[in-house]
Amino acid sequence: MIADGVEDEEKWLSAGIAGLQQNAFYMHRALDSNNLKDALKYSAQMLSELRTSRLSPHKYYELYMRAFDELRKLEIFFKEETSRGCSIVELYELVQHAGNILPRLYLLCTVGSVYIKSKEAPAKDVLKDLVEMCRGIQHPLRGLFLRSYLSQVSRDKLPDIGSEYEGDADTVMDAVEFVIQNFTEMNKLWVRMQQQGPAREKEKRGKERSELRDLVGKNLHVLSQIEGVDLEMYKEIVLPRVLEQVVNCKDDLAQYYLMDCIIQVFPDEYHLQTLETLLNACPQLQASVDVKTVLARLMERLSNYAASGAEVLPEFFQVEAFAKLNNAIGKVIEAQENMPIAGVVTLYASLLTFTLQVHPDRLDYVDQILGACVKKLSGREKLDDSKATKQIVALLSAPLEKYKDIDTALKLSNYPRIMEYLSDGTHKEMANVIVQNIMKNKTCISTAEKVDALFELIKGLIRDLDGDSQDELDEDFIEEQNYVARLIQMLHSDDPEEMLKIIQTVRKHILTGGRKRLPYTVPPLIFSSLKLVRRLEGQDESVSGDEASTTPKKIFQLVTQTIEALTSIPVPELALGLYLQCAEAANDCDLEPVAYEFFTQAYILYEEEITDSKTQVTSIHLIIGTLQRMHVFGVENRDALTHKATGYSAKLLKKPDQCRAVYACSHLFWLDDHDSIRDGERVLLCLKRALRIANAVQQMSNATRGSSGSALLFIEILNKYLYFYEKGVSQVTVESIQDLIKLIRNEMQGETSPSDPAADAFLASTLRYIQFQKDKGGAVGDKYKLIIV
Amino acid sequence: MVLVLALGDLHIPHRAPDLPAKFKSMLVPGKIQHVICTGNLCIKEVHDYLKTVCPDLHITRGEYDEDSRYPDTKTLTIGQFKLGVCHGHQVIPWGDLDSLAMLQRQLDVDILVTGHTHQFTAYKHEAGVVINPGSATGAFSSITYDVNPSFVLMDIDGLRVVVYVYELIDGEVKVDKIDFKKTTTPTTLTQ
Repeated sequence: MIADGVEDEEKWLSAGIAGLQQNAFYMHRALDSNNLKDALKYSAQMLSELRTSRLSPHKYYELYMRAFDELRKLEIFFKEETSRGCSIVELYELVQHAGNILPRLYLLCTVGSVYIKSKEAPAKDVLKDLVEMCRGIQHPLRGLFLRSYLSQVSRDKLPDIGSEYEGDADTVMDAVEFVIQNFTEMNKLWVRMQQQGPAREKEKRGKERSELRDLVGKNLHVLSQIEGVDLEMYKEIVLPRVLEQVVNCKDDLAQYYLMDCIIQVFPDEYHLQTLETLLNACPQLQASVDVKTVLARLMERLSNYAASGAEVLPEFFQVEAFAKLNNAIGKVIEAQENMPIAGVVTLYASLLTFTLQVHPDRLDYVDQILGACVKKLSGREKLDDSKATKQIVALLSAPLEKYKDIDTALKLSNYPRIMEYLSDGTHKEMANVIVQNIMKNKTCISTAEKVDALFELIKGLIRDLDGDSQDELDEDFIEEQNYVARLIQMLHSDDPEEMLKIIQTVRKHILTGGRKRLPYTVPPLIFSSLKLVRRLEGQDESVSGDEASTTPKKIFQLVTQTIEALTSIPVPELALGLYLQCAEAANDCDLEPVAYEFFTQAYILYEEEITDSKTQVTSIHLIIGTLQRMHVFGVENRDALTHKATGYSAKLLKKPDQCRAVYACSHLFWLDDHDSIRDGERVLLCLKRALRIANAVQQMSNATRGSSGSALLFIEILNKYLYFYEKGVSQVTVESIQDLIKLIRNEMQGETSPSDPAADAFLASTLRYIQFQKDKGGAVGDKYKLIIV
Repeated sequence: MVLVLALGDLHIPHRAPDLPAKFKSMLVPGKIQHVICTGNLCIKEVHDYLKTVCPDLHITRGEYDEDSRYPDTKTLTIGQFKLGVCHGHQVIPWGDLDSLAMLQRQLDVDILVTGHTHQFTAYKHEAGVVINPGSATGAFSSITYDVNPSFVLMDIDGLRVVVYVYELIDGEVKVDKIDFKKTTTPTTLTQ
């Protein structure tokens, strides 16, 4: 049936267009032959097509536009007629002979337009006459279009200030009066549309009316364009009259649309100066009107206005805009008990945006708004409505974006309270927003108190909230934790005491994070601590004998306990690396027992936890590399540690790894810048041991593959021999070097040795190096000249 | 003319929150043909970031890199130059030029790029060059005090390479230039 309806409508529309075109054709002919009588006759017949009640607003508009175009031609004809001597007054009388009222009024408006232009009568009289006459059409759709036509043809003929139609008798008041009257009548017709027809088509009518709303709103636009409507007139006449109509029509569709229309078409400064009037109208609207959106739009406009320049801000202060808006919002929320929480938050978010723009210095206002929000949220379950959540995130993000400084948010007492009402997921999302804001603005957080507040605020990232402990580490989780790690770098105080407090505070929080998070959060904290240690390094501890003062020792205790937290996870490789870093820091502070303890911990991890052979290789390099740099140890401690390290090296799984680690250990016994550590015997022992392992590799290769392996290891060891020979280690002799070279050549030229370009190149570059050193001359040259290759 | 970016030891997020903004604004995509990273990035985000600077990315593994697939050493040839990359924690004593020179001989390269010490250095050694680009984030180091963020751009043109060092000192980027010419070395003759 509906399909039929649409089809029928198409049919009626085409019939209407056909009738219209046919009569327009005759009208044109009459116009061409200057036949006024026929022109009027056919134009009236043409306009009769607009009398239909069968078309929906959309189709009717199509028909109307065609008639409108034809009427423009007619208007030109009327104008020519008057210049040919026809009296416009007579013409105005003549068109009223048309039989039907609707064509008659269209023609009257058309002639009226020419009449005003001729200035033979005051514009206001003609306008008044026309706007009154149009009352003759009470059918809503036909009436709306007729009045829309009137509005259209009269727009440029209003007696506005500065217009040619302004005169002694015609003032801008007449223009305003005319437009308001037309607006009022149109709105009445528009509202009445809703009440006509069967109740079951209510929704359809609502939709149709929506399509027509711009015809009504256009009048407000015309009003806003009238030059003579200054603030005074707007305040005293225009706004009260328009609002009166809006409130009295008691139609929710009209009220919502027109309120929004008022907000959008009139200038910002007018709104500011009439804020009270506008806001007072809000509670008078129908309960079903979406007042919060209206208010939100108003605040959005005012915020943008405030953002346009600092010079407009005094206006806001003068009218106490914040107090008025805050008050109005409170009333609306109070009046609408069933307003969903999303709506409440939206309103407050808009007010907050406004406040941040107008009163950036009034943190108390911001806190007041958040407090009002908390009040509405209290006594409710945690929010899980997605719309409300989105609004809350917007609300809480606004101060961060404005102040670009988490410090400010931390001063707002109600900020964390709102966070309490967020669901775990949203809480986390908000925490991410906060952390990223800090990163983006490179905010440095410099007191332990603030750090404590911050970590409490972002606790969703720091620890599992109730009922959200999944075990798998997804990408989001890792990214979040990496952000927390970065955040820890942003916490800094120049005062060592305060910095230590910050470290203690962070530690307290991250230790609640559980095994999933510790591998991400512990390392940055350790490095923060080591940075602090380094700052204190120069200080003489005996001077500040005070127990409570910040000393490296104290920090090392804290650090030890923090790394220990990792051992239960376990991530031994990470913990080992950290212990070695600490050992070196203790070394720099001349704290031998502390350094030894760190090494011990590292060794225990190496022995008990690190089982993967590849990890062992990396770890042993770190151990040797660190130990090589330690100067704090006495002979006994040093021997204990080097002995162990060499032992570990010789026990690696793969022989080549063993060989390389063992020759690296040689560096533990010979330090250029340390007279007490120059033990050539043990250097040589390491190198010989490495050689034995390299030999074993070859034998194994012969046994398993039937061919000898690469000579690379031998060449590496040869380079180490050269290294120590050059350093002056007397145990490394010319002969041993020459023997080694001979050995390598044998290995490489042996019948079973495979071709090995890498070894060839390495040997060639090593021999080239020897030659290079020989050519250098001096002491080094003399030394190398003894080597006969 | 080929531009090669060399950097390393970013230690994000363990020791530094991010690359300095001034560096980021310099490292725009499309200008650099190769990126050499000595390692310790440490996380995937940094890897992804370097990829955006230039997709031709060569990384070796530092001891803190979460991605264990990076190799210990890597060699590549750019123009007339053979380059070697290694993080350097495997070369003991750390940062020792003679030991690094041994690695250079072993890899048989003209230019060796290593890291680990967080200290920018560039040495001409025998016929080759040993470069350490320092730490791009100025990360804390147990080896070097007061680390400034730095990285290296190598402009390789024929037998000539110009090494530009960018260092961030008190918020200002300072640039230094070191010029190296490759003589027709025995390396190429013997091959």
